[in-house]
Parts: sequence; structure tokens; C-alpha cells
Amino acid sequence: MATTLTSMAVAPALPGGFELPLEPRLPRIGSVDAVALEARAGELAKRSIKKESKLQALVLAVRMMDLTTLEGADTPGKVAALCSKAIRPDPVDRTVPSVAAVCIYPNLVPTARDRLRGAGVKVASVATAFPSGQAPTALKVAEVRDVVEMGADEVDMVIDRGAFLSGRYAKVYDEICQVKDACGAAHLKVILETGELGTYDNVRRASLLAMAAGADFIKTSTGKVSPAATLPVTLCMLEAIRDVYDETGRIIGMKPAGGIRTAKQAIQYLCVLHETLGTDWMTPDLFRFGASSLLNDVLMQIRKQKTGAYQSLDYFTID
Amino acid sequence: MTDVAKRKDVAPAPLEWEYAPAPEARDIVRFEERYGLFVAGEHVDPKSGQWFATTSPASEEQLAEVALAGAEDVDLAVGAAREAYENGWSGLRPSERAKYLFRIARILQERSRELAVAESLDGGKPIKESRDVDLPLAAAHFFYYAGWADKLEYAFPNRRPRPLGVAGQIIPWNFPLLMLAWKIAPALAAGNTVVLKPAETTPLTALLFTDVCRQAELPPGVVNIITGDGSTGAHLVKHPDVNKIAFTGSTEVGKAIQRELAGTGTHLTLELGGKAANIVFDDCALDQAIEGIVNGIYFNQGHVCCAGSRLLVQESIYEPLVSKLKRRLTTLRVGDPLDKNTDVGAINSKAQLERIREFVASGTEEGAEIYQPPCRLPEKGYWFVPTVFTNVAQSSRIAQEEIFGPVLSVLTFRTPEEAVEKANNTAYGLSAGVWTEKGSRILWMTERLRAGVVWANTFNRFDPTSPFGGYKESGFGREGGRHGLEAYLTFD
Amino acid sequence: MARLPVRKTYKLYIGGAFPRSESGRTYEAEGQNVARASRKDVRDAVKAARGAFAGWAGATAYNRGQVLYRLAEMMETRADDLAAVCSGRKEVEAAVDRVVWYAGWADKLAQVLGSSNPVAGPYFNFTVPEPTGVVAIVAPDEPALDGLVARVAPALAGGNAVVVVASQTYPLAAVELAEALATSDVPGGVVNVLTGLRDELAPVLAGHMDVNAIDLTGADGSTTELERLAADNVKRVVRSHDAQSPWEIASFLELKTVWHPVGA
Repeated sequence: MATTLTSMAVAPALPGGFELPLEPRLPRIGSVDAVALEARAGELAKRSIKKESKLQALVLAVRMMDLTTLEGADTPGKVAALCSKAIRPDPVDRTVPSVAAVCIYPNLVPTARDRLRGAGVKVASVATAFPSGQAPTALKVAEVRDVVEMGADEVDMVIDRGAFLSGRYAKVYDEICQVKDACGAAHLKVILETGELGTYDNVRRASLLAMAAGADFIKTSTGKVSPAATLPVTLCMLEAIRDVYDETGRIIGMKPAGGIRTAKQAIQYLCVLHETLGTDWMTPDLFRFGASSLLNDVLMQIRKQKTGAYQSLDYFTID
Repeated sequence: MTDVAKRKDVAPAPLEWEYAPAPEARDIVRFEERYGLFVAGEHVDPKSGQWFATTSPASEEQLAEVALAGAEDVDLAVGAAREAYENGWSGLRPSERAKYLFRIARILQERSRELAVAESLDGGKPIKESRDVDLPLAAAHFFYYAGWADKLEYAFPNRRPRPLGVAGQIIPWNFPLLMLAWKIAPALAAGNTVVLKPAETTPLTALLFTDVCRQAELPPGVVNIITGDGSTGAHLVKHPDVNKIAFTGSTEVGKAIQRELAGTGTHLTLELGGKAANIVFDDCALDQAIEGIVNGIYFNQGHVCCAGSRLLVQESIYEPLVSKLKRRLTTLRVGDPLDKNTDVGAINSKAQLERIREFVASGTEEGAEIYQPPCRLPEKGYWFVPTVFTNVAQSSRIAQEEIFGPVLSVLTFRTPEEAVEKANNTAYGLSAGVWTEKGSRILWMTERLRAGVVWANTFNRFDPTSPFGGYKESGFGREGGRHGLEAYLTFD
Repeated sequence: MARLPVRKTYKLYIGGAFPRSESGRTYEAEGQNVARASRKDVRDAVKAARGAFAGWAGATAYNRGQVLYRLAEMMETRADDLAAVCSGRKEVEAAVDRVVWYAGWADKLAQVLGSSNPVAGPYFNFTVPEPTGVVAIVAPDEPALDGLVARVAPALAGGNAVVVVASQTYPLAAVELAEALATSDVPGGVVNVLTGLRDELAPVLAGHMDVNAIDLTGADGSTTELERLAADNVKRVVRSHDAQSPWEIASFLELKTVWHPVGA
């Protein structure tokens, strides 16, 4: 699906730094007050979600999960097992739905595609010299074409943080446009690597830039850098999404990734989402969790809600 | 929203998520059926023979019966305070006095949950607030002032501070236990003894506090609690053996007290009403400013003397700000104060609810445009939907008078000068808010705003170290900080 | 036959734990085998203090005050144990009250020591006190408990992290105090206690480039050499003037002044 913004795909790179070709098209960039943002996220984290509303949230969290393995040691065997878990997360309770997607390195895409064929779980591949992004653009774009050809439904790219932090915003923008173009029908998630951006002001700026360049989702982190996803950073990005929606009508999704290990945290993220973007975004189409160990904690909480007893990991599979 | 509607057909429908009730357990607090007055360390029946009920504004159920102190009861209480002052408290080593106050602070922390539930039941404020704001701050006030008790000579270099004697203290219903802490902690730290009258509709946490005093082994008569109504307060103010009166409440009553004490030499501090301007510039951190505006007027149902009840928006950002504000109001949860997810609780009393309704009617009458988010209110109890008025004239009642409810009036300005002019154009002067990312402008505005507390890029922040009090008809004297000690001392 | 008691082993207190000296040595004091710290223990203690400093200095003043009050609570509970290793109950009570006194200063220092300064120009100008960092304290021999507390409490109240060279002759009070610290909410590493030979330990601390101040109130005899070593990184050399005052805290603090223009 061609983006209406392809004509802006090549912005002039002026010497000496900062040019942002889309000023008039962007919502007000503005500033973000860190103290107030963190206080608001803290308030939302205090929501007490119980009984039926808790079970609904937990089940939704499963459906929103991008079950992830991104290790140098990943093998087809490891990924195949993960795919089975993705399709049927709970070995005992068949009513627990499948997750949204499996997220892996490019070399493992064929394995995942084969295992997930017809199962309703998407194949999401990282690309663009993940996690650093420190490679020539041409190589990164070629990698995207390859993974799409191999069968990836979704592409998780990283922005060039080196370029961003040195003020070369046009270069960052151009790359995203080219990657979006190479994605074809695949959905594009743009990873900002918020842990490296330093300030919420930068997170907001990077979010707006990524959305202007054609992102279908904006994503916090690669999971390889700490801090990864946090509630305040997520709130900041959701507010940027809201502003883009208000000004342009475009609907863009969000994915916090890395550092979300407990069901309690997942529910806090859903509260932040619910009270910032509302019911319309409460769907795997527009919100994903990038996680690995989170799934089992959510499954244990689901079973606890259903049976009343605290659970043990002995009763759940690793993959 | 056609794009989103289209998606609804394609994908599984988004989750319509309703939070289940999440009630705080109420059984942690147990009220007596009836509470006498707390005089000289004992609970005694009122000589007046009169009692009245205190009820929950959320459910209208009666929580307990309390005594109505008459003139004779007030006299006995003042006598007990005087006795304790002369024979014990004032002669005690200051470091020992400090340790009593440290004990009280610790006990408040230990019994925090119980007191928070009691506060929400009696007054109507959300448990989230009493648990996370009122109680921690109350304990912190005692902790802070405990530390001053034996350090007064450092607070006032070259002066010889001595206590005044007996302090009469009258507090309002919006932060009952916290206001008690703001009054009693510095008074005791300075070496005085006190007679405190809690507000008519919220006596219970003050009465539970007497048990904290018992656990701390506070000598009898140092703290005396006399429940009652306006007449009780009047008796206390008029009593000839009270050395100091501290009053927090309406400007109208404050003026009456000031008149009453004219010529008596009784020390006086007043913390009265406000109509604070919350000033938002176009270069603010917008989403965070929205939170500050919401917090400024809907925190504690707007029952806050320093509430940001006038929103002054720079015209250049009016549209996006008001649109975001209205949308934000739709996520405010109004309901059972004991539900942990409630953001806005009950209006404190039927009388207050009537006053708010009257003001809101005047707003529309005087030509302002009203917005209220869709909101299902409970059947019983006293409730008011968070309200915003736009198109408000500076001269209208809702821009001039203190409503003391969850009602915001929005006005506009063009330049910093104009903002200052409009903000200061009021008989009040308690607080103000400034929202801009430009540091020099914050300082320029704070220099010119005639208000005792100015919040920049935040609102409704309180701390025992931070002096609080008003200019003009918002009162005089400061509570909190080193300056808060002054009201309770005399100097050679 | 009387029951045989299980005797305490007197060890160092570093980073919230009680290790023996890395040198394995002990010496005899007050009838006990007490750990004899080495220069490497000093190195470890300073490292622990530096690591703990940021968290302690970054805590709110209110929090520091509460933590010090809890130290007083723990000392009060151990009053008998503490009395056995100093001059007695009266000294312990004085020490506990002193900790409470300094605890109450934590959230008042800025108000008494700081200021807003009316400079002659359109600027807002304010001065705030800040902790200096890692403070070495040479403990006085007597009073064994209260003398040490009179130096440690002001350093802590100001937000510093501390390395103590305990009295060589009467070290047990310092170790008991360390036990009270370990059970209070004072974070590990904020206070470290080294027992051993003063002449072995004090010079190492005096010359340590990552120590910001050294308190020599408890050092008797000539301190010239220590003061000379301190000059290598311009350490603040501190001595007590009053028994108890906010100025004792101030000796362990820096002052920072900030300017900002005022304009629409």
C-alpha cells in the first residue's frame, strides 16, 4: 500500500544539521514536562482493576502480545517451539486465545512462517540492522525487502539514533519512508529506542517524525537497552498519537517493548492506554506488548482469577 | 471517526472496558456510637446536653453522634489547656516536647489506612486522596514541626521566642485531619497548648486523633477537641483566656472574627478563601498543563481554598486547550469515595451542594457557556458533575466569587501583562498557577502575581516545609515552614 | 553449671555487611578480638560510600530525617547493649537524643543555611546547601559512643556518606552502633565502620583522592601529617566547634548559588 507521503521521501540533507521538512504538517511539537508526565503515569498505575475487568484485561493482554525471541543463539528449533506456544499459550485451558504475533530475527522468518501458517498469529521480523541501526541505508532497506519476501507480515525497524541525536532529522525521516516503501503490504513498526533518546521532548519529537514518515506503529524499544518501556514514556508516545489523530485523522498503533514482565504491569499499561486513547485503541490491531516472560505471568494470573489459587510456574510451559 | 468504525468490522472489536468496583475495606475503622468532648485527656459529655449527628455525604447514613459544645464546655476546655500549659507543657524540656510530636507522627503513619478510610467516609473525598495526600502530609507536618521544638533559637536569630499560651483553633471540612495537623503541630512545637474545634460536618478524624494522643501518652490538656457548630467557634473566639486564634475557613467568617478580636490583643492568623487564576501560556507543555488544570479545580471536588478556579488561557492556544480539557473531563470517575478508582468524590454537604448549584445557575444566566461530561451519578448522597464554563465575563459571579466546588471558569488573555492584570483583579490573593516552558517568564510572572503561593508548571503541591497563606482578603499569616512557627510565638 | 553464652564476633561494617578484614588480622581491645582493618578495607569502604552517596543525597530531606529517627529507635532498643560498651546508660540516652536532634534538622537546613539573594539586576538568585560527598571521620576515644555520634549524625543529616575510623582503644561502641545502623533504614554503604590501628588507617583516608572531607575532631596528638595529605585533593578539613548545632552540619556541606533572568 503506497503511502501518500512518498513524494516527501527524499528530503534535502542540508549541511550543519537540523531541518524538518514537515513542520506545517505536524502537530505542535512543544515540550513535555517530565515531572507532570511521570506523576500522571503514576496516577494511572494506581488504578485498581479487579474481578471481571481484571480477567478481561488479562485475556486482552494475551491477544496483544508479540511473543519475542531475539538472541544470537536462536535456532529453528527454538523458534518452532515458541510458535507452538504462541498458538496455544496455555497447555490446559483451551479458552486462552493465541497471541498477536511472534517477533524474531530475519533468519528465522521461514521457520516461523511455516509453523504459523493458517494459525492467525502474525510473523513480525526485526530488520534494519537491529538493534543498533548503524549500517548503510541501502543495506537496511534491502534487509526489509528480504524479510517481506520471506513471508513476514510485520516489520519492526529501528530509527538511526546516531542521526537523530546529531540533529539529522531528515535522514531519519528519509530512511523510514524508504523502509515503509519496501514493506509493501507488511505493517511497519518504528522502534524509537526511547532509552537512548535522553528526554521526553525527544521521544515526542521522534514519535511525530516517525508517524509523519509513515509508521503504522511506533514502538518504544529493542529490549537490548535499559531502560526499555516505561509507563511515562508510553504515555508520552500515546499523547503524540492522539495529537496526530486529532490533526490528521490517521490512526497509528503503539507497542511498548522490553521490561514488561508481570501481569500487574501489563494491566497498568492498559489503563494508560484506556484513559489516553479510549476504547477504540483497545485492540491488538493498535496496541501490542513486546515481551517474552510476560506471557506466563499473565497466564498464571488468568488461572488464578478462574480458580482462586495462586499459581506456580511448574504448571506452565517455557515454550 | 469513520476509519476507526471501519476497522471495527474487520478486526475483533476493541474492548469496551468497564472497571469493576474496587472498594477499600471499610471495616478497618470502627466508630463509636457517640463521642463526647475531649477535655483534659478525657472524653466527657457536654454540659450543653446537646448532640448532633455526623453523616456520610456519599450515602447519607449516620456515622456517629458528636457533642455540641456550648459556652460552659468551651470554658472548661480552655481551662484545661491553661492548666496543662502552666503546669507541665511550657516547663517541659523542648527536646522532650519534640519527642511527643515525633511519636504522634509515627502513630499517624502506623494508623494511616484506618484514618484515611474514616476521612473519606466522613467528608466524601476519594480514598485515593485521603490515603495518598491527606494522611502522608498530616504525618509529615508533625514530623517537621517536631524537629523545630528544640531549635527555635535558630529559626529566629537574635530574638527570644516564647510560646503564647493557649491557642484556639478552628478548622474547615475540606481537609479535616490535615488542617488539624497544620494547626496543632506548630502550636505544640512552639510550646503552646490548644483547644481545637473541627468543622461541623467532619468531626470524626479529629476524634480519632484523640486516641493517637492517648497512644503517644501526650499529657492531658495539651490537646483538647471540642466539637460543635458555628456557635462553638464563636464562644472560643470570644473567650478571654485564649492568647491566640487561628482560623481557616470562609472570608466572611474570617472578617467577623477579626472584628470580634479588635482591641483585645489576641494574636490572630486567618487562612480564608481564594479565586486563584491558573494562567496557561501558548508555550506550555500542553498535555501536562491539562493535568494541572484538572488537578487544580477537581482535586478534592474543588473544595480547596487555593483551587485554580479561574483558567486564564492565552488566546493563541485556546481552541486546542479547551478541546483537550473537555475530552479529559470524560475520563474523570465520579462516585463512591471508598472506591479506589474514584477521582472525584461527594460534595461535603447538602448545603454546599445547594450553593454550587446556585452558582452554576448564575453562570448560565450571566451568559457563560456550560460544559459537563456525560456522568452517571449515584442515587443517594450529594454529587456534582465536574463543570467547565467558557465565554465567562470577568465581572460575572462565577469569575469573582468563590464557588468551592468542581466548577471551572475559563477566560482568555493575550499578553503576560494582561494575564497579570486579570489574575490580580480580585479581592482574594491566596494562590496562582503559571504554565510556560520559559523560565524567565515564570519568574517575571511570579514577581508580579499578588498571591501567597505561586505554582509554576504544577498545582496543588503542599509540603510541611513550604509556607502557605494569602495576600489581601485571603487572609494573613503563613502555615508551614520556618515562617509557620511565628504565629505561635512571642518575642522579646 | 552456668549456661555458656554465644559470644559476638566484632567485625567491620562495610556496604551494609559485616565482613572480616581482608587481611585476616585482628587486635585485642576491651578484652575482645576486634577486626584490624587494612588499607584495602579502607579502599573498599570508600568505594561503598561513594556508591551509596548518590542515593542518600538524592533522597528527600524528609526521608533522611525519618531514617535518622529510625536509627534513634534502633539505638533506644539496644540501650543496654550500648551502655555496656560506653560509660553507661546516661551516655546512651544522650546519644539517642542527639540523633533525634539531628534527624529534625534534615528538612530545615535549606531554610536556615540557604537563601534567596537580592542581586542588583533582573535575576532570580538563590543559594542551596548540598552534601559534600564522602566524609572520613576519625572517632574520638571518649565518650566512646556519644563522641562518635556527635560527628556522624551531622554528617549524615546533611546527606553525606561516611567512613569511620573507630577509636582504637574503645572500638566496641562503634561496632554496636553499626549494628543499630544495619537494622535501621540507613542504606548499606552510607555509613561504614573500620576498626583497627588509627595510625594505619587515618593516613590512608586522609590521602584518598575520592574522599571529600575529613573530620579530625577525634584525632588527638599532631594532625599535621593528616592535614598535609588532605591537601592532595583539597579535602575539607573539619573540626567540631559546638557540641551540637546546625553549623556542625554546615561544615560538611557545599553551597550552590544559581542565577536565572527574570523577564516576560
